[in-house]
Amino acid sequence: MFDGKKIIILGDRDGVPGPAIEECMKSADAQVVFSTTECFV
Amino acid sequence: MDLENQRRVKELAEKTGAQNLIVVLGGAEAEASGLAAETVTAGDPAYAGSLAGVQLGLRVYHIFELKEYVDAQVYDDQVGLMEMVLDIDAIIAEVSNMRSMYSKY
Repeated sequence: MFDGKKIIILGDRDGVPGPAIEECMKSADAQVVFSTTECFV
Repeated sequence: MDLENQRRVKELAEKTGAQNLIVVLGGAEAEASGLAAETVTAGDPAYAGSLAGVQLGLRVYHIFELKEYVDAQVYDDQVGLMEMVLDIDAIIAEVSNMRSMYSKY
């Protein structure tokens, strides 16, 4: 799924924040190149 | 989607190649998640940021769709609570709809 792919994370302050998604992606051996947490409201 | 983040996504797509990128969203509700997915695939629908009129066609998923790829304990610790309180069916439907319409990869 993530082989050779680079991950962009757009987290949400009121949903799942960037750092939480980062932890998930690391556990899946995915390479994160950008992570942020937006406020979508 | 935040204007600065649109600029960063566009820059990364140009540098890395759109086919090599996967965008993972953490949006709390379906409409906002769908708009973010639309922005990184079909372009900024508000025509406000760097992705206005730019059809990157990136692969985009909500973190709820990637549960099977994530370590179960990590997923439970980081996402479990939000999975219980948010309308995950509506969020997944919206993001997967955008992906099937506009993603090129």
